[in-house]
Amino acid sequence: MLLRKEPIISACVLIALWQLVSLWFPPVLFPSITSIARQLVDILGDGGLIVSALATFARILVGTSGAFVVGGLLGLWMGRSSRCERYTLPVLAFNQGIPALSWVVISIIWFKSTEFRIWFIILMTSLPAFAFQVHDSYKAMSKDLVEMSLSFRPSKWDLFRTLIWPSILPGILTAWKVNLGNVSRVVVVAELVGATVGVGYELLQRQQLFDMAGAIAWTLLLVVFVIVTQAIVAALERHLLRYRPTAERQA
Amino acid sequence: MSVVRFTGVAKRFDGEAHGYAVQGLDLNVEHGELVAVVGRTGCGKSTMFNLLIGLIGPTAGRIEVLGRDPFGDFHALAGKLSFVFQNDRLLPWRSALDNVAYGLELRHVPRQRRLAVGRDWLSRLGLEAHQDKYPPALSGGMRQRISIARAFAIDPELLLCDEPFSALDELTGAELRNELRRLVRDTHKTGVFVTHSISEAIAIGDRILVFRAPGHVAAEFHTQDALRELGEDLLKRKILEVMADHAGAAEAAAITQETR
Repeated sequence: MLLRKEPIISACVLIALWQLVSLWFPPVLFPSITSIARQLVDILGDGGLIVSALATFARILVGTSGAFVVGGLLGLWMGRSSRCERYTLPVLAFNQGIPALSWVVISIIWFKSTEFRIWFIILMTSLPAFAFQVHDSYKAMSKDLVEMSLSFRPSKWDLFRTLIWPSILPGILTAWKVNLGNVSRVVVVAELVGATVGVGYELLQRQQLFDMAGAIAWTLLLVVFVIVTQAIVAALERHLLRYRPTAERQA
Repeated sequence: MSVVRFTGVAKRFDGEAHGYAVQGLDLNVEHGELVAVVGRTGCGKSTMFNLLIGLIGPTAGRIEVLGRDPFGDFHALAGKLSFVFQNDRLLPWRSALDNVAYGLELRHVPRQRRLAVGRDWLSRLGLEAHQDKYPPALSGGMRQRISIARAFAIDPELLLCDEPFSALDELTGAELRNELRRLVRDTHKTGVFVTHSISEAIAIGDRILVFRAPGHVAAEFHTQDALRELGEDLLKRKILEVMADHAGAAEAAAITQETR
């Protein structure tokens, strides 16, 4: 069964608690569930607002895909070349220490185009996770399986297709799951500055109007998007890694 | 015609504290022969095996496999050699059938054809009912059978086996040994079978090469002649003496002469 009862029960409890608290506080702090729902319906019924939501979703997917391609290739290169590894790992470690907000400021100063700024911020913040995961998975590849495959004397492409890709795939899927959550947070921060469309921009508008119901409705939209994309990745993972044995008793 | 020829081969690894892993190795394997290589753990058998595959190159000497240098001319031997390793080395993300067809896929044999060949080999080894299962769901003996099927599926000219049954129980190992020998005979393959078990070497090899560290042939026996002349127990004892280094170089050579 796709939906289990536990998350539904948790969500219901959270909604009930929020509704209860909203009875004691003003709507500007804790709006009622019905007013949040009304805002959600408004967003979904308004073409312009839907475009705003889709713009953010597209940025997340395109940005994460770009970071996956660049980070993945970098990770593979580091795995294959110890020289590249020696030079690149410290740079990636340095990059890990830079806060996303610093990249927001730097990109505003460096670039004119809003879309490029956002893409650049996503790339810089999510690339290391892909590079590290692919690099680690490549290094952890079974030497026995590499020797077995090489004994058939395959072409480089065949070796990649039949051995390297399936070996690093679990690491890639993990990086996607982690990065989708991180990128959705980063992209909203990036959209707060300079964007004229997107969830971040809409949140900024709601903040200026003290519209808490609208702010929560937009946040919920983003959360649902992340949950759905992560569920898709998880379903892909279950399908692609179906060969993995499952123990009856968990460790 | 020599299928495998090692001439004065030596191999030293970088940072090797104890010198050479293989030194002064001369050996020939003729077409249609099944040669067993027996020796103690660490005597250089696996290094010789990796030199044969072409995964490593020699420090000195010359190696020819089917007239080619397996290391320098790596891709020229594609589809001509096949291997059964100590552990099954199956790809866990592929079904039993896809594992058997793996070598054929790397040779770009069309899918229908390679699956048909794979099914045929699985059925010869009694595994047709398990063709869709993934390796983690199979027993050790089944997995090693699949790796044997994978080796035969590409129809190689030379089959190389590196202690393929050492991780299995005695009964399963003996069954698979008999199956492997039958398959080699039926398909007229040339084979090199590396083992640390003297009984296994006698059971499987037309000729037995006894290895001693650092990786050289200390004695050689033509199995049927030696069995006729010495009987199994004495042959085992002689091999053991050479392996255990109780027989000096001259004595080992004399043993070889005596059984020729």
